[in-house]
Amino acid sequence: MADELISLTIDGVPVSVPKGTLVIEAAKQAGVLVPHYCYHPGLPVAGVCRMCLVDIEKAPKLQIACATQVAEGMVVRTQSPQAKSGRMGVLELLLINHPLDCPICDQAGECELQDFTFQEGRPATRYSPDYAKRFNPVEDFGPDVLYVPNRCILCTRCVRFMEDVAKEPVLNVSERGDRAYIGIHSEGRLDHPWAGNVVDLCPVGSLLSKDFLHKARAWELDKAASICTGCSQGCNVTLDTRENVVVRVRPRSNLEVNRYFVCDHGRMNYRWMNRGDRIEAPLVRRDGELHATDWDEAFALVASRLRGAGGKGVALVSPRASTEALFFARELFRGHEWSGAFQVVMGEEAPLAGVPNLALRAERAPNGRGAELLGYSRDYRAALVAAETAAVVLVLDEPDIAVSTAGALLYVGTVLPERARDAQAVLPIANVAEEEGTFVNRDGRVQRYFQAKSAPGMARPAWWVLSELVATLQDQGGRHVGTAAEAFDRLAASVAAFHGLSYAQLGFAGAPTPAAATAPA
Amino acid sequence: MGYPHKPHSKETLVLSKHFGEADARTYKGWVKRGGYEMLAQALTMEPARVIDVVKESGLRGRGGAGFPTGLKWSFMPKEKKKPHYLCVNADESEPGTFKDREIMRWTPHALLEGAAIAAHAIQAEVVYVYIRGEFTEPWAVMEKALAEATAAGVFGAIKLHLHRGAGAYICGEETALMSSIEGKRGNPRIKPPFPAAAGVFGMPTTINNVETLAAVPPILKKGASWYKGLSLASPKSTGTKLFSVCGHVQRPGNYEVTMGFPLKDLLYDLCGGIRPGRTLKACIPGGSSVPILNREETEGCLLDYEGVVEKGSMLGSGGVIVFDDSTDMVYQIMRLARFYAHESCAQCTQCREGTAWTTKILERILAGQGKTADLDLLLDLADNMTGKTICVLSDSCAAPVVSGIKKFRNEFEDYLAGRRKPVMVA
Repeated sequence: MADELISLTIDGVPVSVPKGTLVIEAAKQAGVLVPHYCYHPGLPVAGVCRMCLVDIEKAPKLQIACATQVAEGMVVRTQSPQAKSGRMGVLELLLINHPLDCPICDQAGECELQDFTFQEGRPATRYSPDYAKRFNPVEDFGPDVLYVPNRCILCTRCVRFMEDVAKEPVLNVSERGDRAYIGIHSEGRLDHPWAGNVVDLCPVGSLLSKDFLHKARAWELDKAASICTGCSQGCNVTLDTRENVVVRVRPRSNLEVNRYFVCDHGRMNYRWMNRGDRIEAPLVRRDGELHATDWDEAFALVASRLRGAGGKGVALVSPRASTEALFFARELFRGHEWSGAFQVVMGEEAPLAGVPNLALRAERAPNGRGAELLGYSRDYRAALVAAETAAVVLVLDEPDIAVSTAGALLYVGTVLPERARDAQAVLPIANVAEEEGTFVNRDGRVQRYFQAKSAPGMARPAWWVLSELVATLQDQGGRHVGTAAEAFDRLAASVAAFHGLSYAQLGFAGAPTPAAATAPA
Repeated sequence: MGYPHKPHSKETLVLSKHFGEADARTYKGWVKRGGYEMLAQALTMEPARVIDVVKESGLRGRGGAGFPTGLKWSFMPKEKKKPHYLCVNADESEPGTFKDREIMRWTPHALLEGAAIAAHAIQAEVVYVYIRGEFTEPWAVMEKALAEATAAGVFGAIKLHLHRGAGAYICGEETALMSSIEGKRGNPRIKPPFPAAAGVFGMPTTINNVETLAAVPPILKKGASWYKGLSLASPKSTGTKLFSVCGHVQRPGNYEVTMGFPLKDLLYDLCGGIRPGRTLKACIPGGSSVPILNREETEGCLLDYEGVVEKGSMLGSGGVIVFDDSTDMVYQIMRLARFYAHESCAQCTQCREGTAWTTKILERILAGQGKTADLDLLLDLADNMTGKTICVLSDSCAAPVVSGIKKFRNEFEDYLAGRRKPVMVA
């Protein structure tokens, strides 16, 4: 095992790291980011950009931190004059053929070439302005990827991703010397289901997403940690918003779930978060029509209907609803004969070959596992049959409802489908980008997502809406739930499958449910 | 050497003894000359014993680096757990070097025999001979020789394959050569892992130069002490070495001399001196990648690994490029830089961009549009290109620039000051 620890010093900071650790990773532990381009922890080491040159005591020349393993007693200096001048030399050379078209480049603001040049580059180039820079036309690599060769610094991250991670080697380095560029197989396309990751991996603005092209400047974006809702894998993502509009989904690293990657399906699965046709106020049925009202009246009316209903209740829920919402949807029927079910849209499975247990899953639902743990059934058809004779039917954000019932229909959702117009009440809720909550992925990992934008009008998180209803039903005894943390902690205290977990402890990386933690991998 | 000139009395003919003899190319002709006796003998020896003999002989790599051959072989795992490979570097592409070509053209069996002995010593069952793609005649000769010797069954269990390069200088770099054999782009790899641990196809591999391996059968035949005794200067450099002399001498060609032989004698005696009416200006002693020597250094230089280093250059591959006083050194250095810029594999930033930029600056100087700061810029670029990349192609481009500016600065300054007429168009 790699239990053996090696002690070394990096810029005067002593660190101890497992044997075999690369200097560049050990430096992170010392709080030192060694500038680099070709190195990426999710890819095999190439050692070609030569940017991470550092001074190692007793070594005859500068070494690259990305390909040098730590050794006992090693003394690394990243800021020695030799190391700094070596890296400054690399930066100058990287820039001689770089167009410096930052004002029109999508990468500007999140560009590693900009960042490191600011940090330790030369103030002015010595590459005489009478030289023309290398020019190659923009190429269309795939459904969502453009290649701008003029900006390329040939770090080969994209080539290595396609070859070693996606295992579909359609990219290469073509030509030699300063004529080199990234080539694509003459009969190939960059259309692998995970190909979009090359855009994130590209340290400069050479590989661009067509979807994000010229959409926003990096510094205008707000970022929120989230979980992809594209399937049951539960990839950690960041939602980038501009002026309350989600404009981009990017992977957020989680070594336990998706390492550094997200598939194209997940990446493109955000437009619905910006839908304009949202329900913005609670609607209640009065004189055969739905009328907008405030939350107090809505809660009072729904509570009275529920109290008066003697028969069984049925909940038809979305597997995209938060675990907390699903929990309170069930609590609503506490003491009643109850059944709940969800349905999952199925698609094609698309694994990322180079990473074990990572795929776009056939089950296109982020919280199917959470629904199961809370007692919801996958037998949606049976639930529909039960709904026909139920006293109360709750539909939670399932716009494709095809339900008919003799009882009262309660619709809790983000948008108002035609069939929900028969409901006794319609309660507007926030979507995943507009609230906090958790999902449980297919492996039983509970993961938090954070709010990226505000919800329209009076829409509120489903867990809040449903917990308020529960509180209203319980009259004076009802406890109000003010935060997602409280909602989760109520759930964890009450449902055995979640015992021992706390919202705070889930953090940004999530944690397995007790059952998943002890289950054999 | 025996081709195309008659051997000179000061030469020591070991490798080139049969150059020019068409009959020596055939299996029968080679056997008649005592060929394959040493292979047969070696196959009965313990591999470790063969390595010991080569270690004792003091044989060092003839491809350029001069690493002790026996020591290199001993790096291979003693206990064989994976297949072992021997790669023969016959991708001779260094400007000014054409010795391996002649070995393959005239004595292909010497190479094959040496390679098979080496394979036995390192317990390799497969040998890849990586031949430069442009070497059409040597290829044809080698192919025929290999077919004849294989048919005669001399190699026992050892399989030899010829692999033809596709015209990339960088594939002569040992790790790039392995990548190329594997069918990949010929890019050098970062070391470690070293080839003896993980070489071609990830298996323990040794890579030797053609001339190195061709010297092995004579060493076994005449003994390590005989070979060790072939040394005129430093005892660390033993045996004979083929020098490919080109440029402004009367008789360019390959010459085989004992290690430590004076460069002056090579040029003035063996090669018949500089062209009539001209004098020596400079010399590159070891292929285009090594620093340039001026006249004084050249005339005082002894041709062995230590002797050339003493003069500030390297023995390299033994490709001697001679420049007389008519030479425009700036232009020559630009031509070298242009070669490296063309051949850079494009992996490392310093090499990919630095070789091309260096060439552009030199071209600009030659076009009469140089700037005063250009020489300092060239030297600073050269510093960035030295010792900072995966392989030494970038260093090789920098070496002649640095030594050229140091030793022939006035020629650069003549262009910069407009005292010399531009020879290029910007």
